[in-house]
Amino acid sequence: MALSPQELVDMLSGLSLFADLSRPQLEQVAHKMTEESYPVGQRILRQGFTGTGFYVILDGEVAIKIDSEEVARLQKGDFFGEMSILLGEPPVADVVTTRLLHVLHLGGPELEGFLRDHPQVMYRMLKAVALRLYNASRTRS
Amino acid sequence: MVVVGSGPGGLQTSYYLRHLGIDHAVISADPSPGGMFRRFPFFQRLLSWTKPYGPVPREDRFYQWFDWNSLLAEEPESKAIMPTLMDGSSSFPSRPEMELNLATYAQRTGLRVRYDCRWESTRRDGERFVLQTSDGEYRCQVAIFAVGIAEPYKPDTPGFEHVAHYADTRSPATYAGKRLFICGKENSGFELATGLLQWAQRIVLCSPRPAKLSVNTHSLLGVRARYIQPVEDQILGGGVFMLNASINRIERLGSGYRVLCSRSEGGPELAVDADEVIAATGFVCPLRDLPDLGVSVYGRSQLPSMTNYWESATLPGIYFAGTIGQGVSGMKKYGLPANSGAVHGARYNARTMVFHVAQRHFGVEQPRPVVEPSRLVEALLEEATHAPELWNQKSYLARSFSLDSGKGILDEGIVPLADFVDTEGSAAVAIAVETDDTGDIHPAVYVREQGRPAVETLLSSQPLHDFRTAEHRAQLSSLLSGVTAGAVR
Repeated sequence: MALSPQELVDMLSGLSLFADLSRPQLEQVAHKMTEESYPVGQRILRQGFTGTGFYVILDGEVAIKIDSEEVARLQKGDFFGEMSILLGEPPVADVVTTRLLHVLHLGGPELEGFLRDHPQVMYRMLKAVALRLYNASRTRS
Repeated sequence: MVVVGSGPGGLQTSYYLRHLGIDHAVISADPSPGGMFRRFPFFQRLLSWTKPYGPVPREDRFYQWFDWNSLLAEEPESKAIMPTLMDGSSSFPSRPEMELNLATYAQRTGLRVRYDCRWESTRRDGERFVLQTSDGEYRCQVAIFAVGIAEPYKPDTPGFEHVAHYADTRSPATYAGKRLFICGKENSGFELATGLLQWAQRIVLCSPRPAKLSVNTHSLLGVRARYIQPVEDQILGGGVFMLNASINRIERLGSGYRVLCSRSEGGPELAVDADEVIAATGFVCPLRDLPDLGVSVYGRSQLPSMTNYWESATLPGIYFAGTIGQGVSGMKKYGLPANSGAVHGARYNARTMVFHVAQRHFGVEQPRPVVEPSRLVEALLEEATHAPELWNQKSYLARSFSLDSGKGILDEGIVPLADFVDTEGSAAVAIAVETDDTGDIHPAVYVREQGRPAVETLLSSQPLHDFRTAEHRAQLSSLLSGVTAGAVR
């Protein structure tokens, strides 16, 4: 899926993570993050490996697997990789593509600065992580 | 087989196909070898070093780490051509020297290329591909496209149609006394700014995000040290300005231009007048009708989606070599990309891909020499210390050894690291060189037990990058003790 810079910014404006950003800020996000593509069956995050990144899905789908057991699927607009970076620990799950994947990628060391530059994105991320925790605790109880 | 392109990627691919005895044709729209180096870079020096006086003889494989610009060959007379053509004024070859290097390689290796033969369209005919060219049809089972990221790209923002692209840059003297506005803050923008520093009256560089500098990213990502002078001029208030802004539109203003932009940090629209505007906004892959045939592409450069062996992820049998290979991200640890967009990375990708294509499509197996168990640790540490493939393609290419209980330890050569760690095959070990977020360079060892995913272990760094120490030997021996037991029985 080849998007022109304008189309990419249009798409980002529709993702909840970036919903509070102005157009110039969205353009900056599009320049700060790099577009990547991965074939079906490839691991993007690897359980126990160092040096990971932060990813926002533009198209396609991934499965999250812990010890080879699938626990969730993520699609367009979802993001992953932030937990490992924020905690400074290798991922506790594999993230494997189940459909041809098109993502925006940010290297791990850049995430903190990125979130400080865009506190609106940090707030949206915080809400999403809180929702995950809430759902996980409801599932347990 | 057909290879399209006669730049470094096409030449390197053809060389190793011929080395393995695989019949193929090479076609090129150009009249002579060299690809992009027939024109670029404008300001006449490359960003890739060739250090004529390395610590090992030039025919030694390990010398390649000191010479990023020669293509690979097996015959002594075709190795390390670049340093023999440089005039000693810089460790960065000039563009004409690089073009001569590639022409000399093509001539010495006797590669046969059909020049002035333009690939025009592509279609399927059963299991085969048919390439329509200006010189008739070429039919093949496998096609490798090494056509570069060569088509100038300008965004569709209003007014960009009036301005020049980087590829249209004129001779420096014609910018004397002009107010110059450069759209883009990557290396091509800074190359122009550096080259025109002594000619332009004022230079504005503009893009939405601040410029990254390679000395800060600990990689070739970002503006290279060679082009850093405009940054210092900006700091000193010397007529260079860097705007973090997105361009809303560009208007004609007399014989010049008015650029209207929104600053990333907010505020009212800013108008900047300039005599010349140059769009250093990159290039796209000239893939012609391949997307219509099923090749999925992505990103601003319209790179193909590829597997770890540079095959189209959506159209099997179509491969890519040369700078297009940067579309395969690999492990990209800490966000640091490999050097697949440059000759010093792409030459190893091409060789690795050819070995894969030869085995998969033509049944040609590579020799896999047996390694004495007592030599394994030393072989791995020697690779981490010297192997140019590992140093040029950090966290991307690895040296691997299979640990098969029936066959002993076999040298599997250079493989894509992402493929190694994601393939749950037989027991094996691979070593790579990696850089972390502090810039620390160290070996990383990946051990795969039979039918299980690989496990990563980072070895410690060493101040002089020589990992053949007692500490490294002990660490690696302990790591391998369980997994090699089967192979040495």
